[in-house]
Amino acid sequence: MTTPLAPVLLDVAGLSVSFATDRGRVTAVDDVSFSVRSGEILAIVGESGSGKTVTLMSILGLNDPRTTFVDGSVTFRGRPILGLPDRDLRRIRGKDIALISQDPMTALTPVHTIGWQIAEQIRAHEAISRAGAARRAVELLAEVGLANPAEAAGRYPHQLSGGMRQRAVIAMALSCNPALLVADEPTTALDVTVQAQVLDLLMKLRKDFGSAIILITHDMGVVAEVADRVNVMYAGRIIERGTTERLFADPWHPYTWGLIASIPPLDGPRPHRLAAIPGMPPTPETMPAGCGFAPRCRFALPRCAARPPVQRAPGRSALCVIGPEDRAPRRAEILGPLGDAA
Amino acid sequence: MILALAQRLAQMIFVMFGISALVFLIFFATPGADPAARIAGRNAAPETVEAIRKDFGFDRPLPVQYARMMQRLFVTQDLTSFVNRGLKVVPQVISAAPVTLSLVFGAAVLWVVGGIAVGVLAALTRDSFIDKGLMVLALIGVSMPVFWFGEVMNLLSQSRFHDTWLFSWVPGLGYKPLTTDPAGWFKTLVIPWFTLAALYIGIYGRVLRANLVEAYQEDFIRTARAKGLGPARVMFRHALRTSLIPFVTMFGLDFGVLVGGAALLTEVVFGLNGVGRLTYQALLNLDLPMILATVMYASFFVVVANALVDLVYVLLDPRVREE
Repeated sequence: MTTPLAPVLLDVAGLSVSFATDRGRVTAVDDVSFSVRSGEILAIVGESGSGKTVTLMSILGLNDPRTTFVDGSVTFRGRPILGLPDRDLRRIRGKDIALISQDPMTALTPVHTIGWQIAEQIRAHEAISRAGAARRAVELLAEVGLANPAEAAGRYPHQLSGGMRQRAVIAMALSCNPALLVADEPTTALDVTVQAQVLDLLMKLRKDFGSAIILITHDMGVVAEVADRVNVMYAGRIIERGTTERLFADPWHPYTWGLIASIPPLDGPRPHRLAAIPGMPPTPETMPAGCGFAPRCRFALPRCAARPPVQRAPGRSALCVIGPEDRAPRRAEILGPLGDAA
Repeated sequence: MILALAQRLAQMIFVMFGISALVFLIFFATPGADPAARIAGRNAAPETVEAIRKDFGFDRPLPVQYARMMQRLFVTQDLTSFVNRGLKVVPQVISAAPVTLSLVFGAAVLWVVGGIAVGVLAALTRDSFIDKGLMVLALIGVSMPVFWFGEVMNLLSQSRFHDTWLFSWVPGLGYKPLTTDPAGWFKTLVIPWFTLAALYIGIYGRVLRANLVEAYQEDFIRTARAKGLGPARVMFRHALRTSLIPFVTMFGLDFGVLVGGAALLTEVVFGLNGVGRLTYQALLNLDLPMILATVMYASFFVVVANALVDLVYVLLDPRVREE
């Protein structure tokens, strides 16, 4: 879908984020680098607490500056934006980079109508009359597939269903034609059928508006369906990355194996129970010095106590000691043999 | 809408009926206390007691007594004090009410504006020196007893510094009616307003700050900021609007109670002959008709204030409208 020639829209390099807490400074994101090209969908996958949301909030400058320390560089359209004063960031936020929140139940202000909230965003970035902004809001609501957009615009969030609210949130994010949409688990809080509709909508919008999308999720099924490229995050680091196709055909990192094994199969016999990864992700306080996944990894070696080496191939990489020669047999223990694994 | 209003009005009348019946029963139907004998005073001749009993209908069944009392309170308005014979109760309350209303209204404006200012400023500068300083000030405001603070203000403005430019404008204690002397009305009330409002600015500022800090954790604030809105807009259009409900609830209760007589200490300290003072004196003398009148007056304002609070809820929060 994406041509490799599309220009880099957002480039994140060496991003580290840590928080000041009562127990001292804890690192939530550790040396994360990735880039997004125009029009592509990049999925960032990981469990809760893996640092996905923190990464995005840092890009948008939405973390509390009094307790958050951000390091590294973020470049948007060739312009460094990390650490810009809030006044300058506000011009980018909502206009060039728009956020779609996780939970549509709480993402809209309860005391204003949907149309008012969309118009508010348009008017924050464009010189347009109140009535003009209100008309645009109705058009956007129609664009995201609300059946009766004019009526929906006059409704309050609590009067809409979850799926309708998420569409309203998406309409709001689209209101200024952003080059980049940041979707923070946009389907997690929704029913399965509505999830599929919202994903379809995102795909359609990418096609119609040409926006790039960073899709944060913990659902490998969603990733397989919509993403062009995948970053797998664990304990604040990107531990594996690659195109969706290659990553699913030939996953390298044991954590990715676990994630793929936990996708419920669509056909064939239903397993007795879905595979799970034993244990819990480390909290920032209990973060091991070396590989963050080692305590839960059945293939862990003494070497894993040190920072893991980067395994590379063109267009992809993983942070793991397991080299290409040892990969297939170990993976087969978790996933069974994968057809044309390289 | 009209139906809802009518319903609300009926509810208010029912509540006031309940209060009046309760007060009547407590004061006039308590076993062992003969109201006629109390009205007649000590060492009264038996025939005087008997005449009073007939006059007030105390020899009739309770519902008749109640009806007669209410008739004299609201219709003929000729209910007289037990203690000061011949002194009519209703005109007393009517002349005291403007004093209390002036005091409480002015203080309410100050404490709403002040409370919002303190809460918003503290929440915007959370954990900074401004925030901490404001919260300490608010705590001081909450902790200062009004009779002490009022006396200190009197000491400063009436005697110690009365001759300096700072307080030379302050007139003597007492109330000047708004209709005849607006400037005097304002001057006599400024210091009582601030004194009464200090406590409430403290309470309201602290409560609002806590609610705002909580609101800033909400997703919709993150959404608002991600939309590219400025901090002032995020605060006033999104955070403050959703944080005002507890503020309004408290205001309804406090305002009703204060107008109903709870501003007694402030009234006494500043020599204002308001409803609080009237009630207090009636209680000292067990002046039952006066107590009945002031309680009815107080309950009226509490009920009205709560009805207004419900109305403001509807304006503030669309989620309330559907019910």
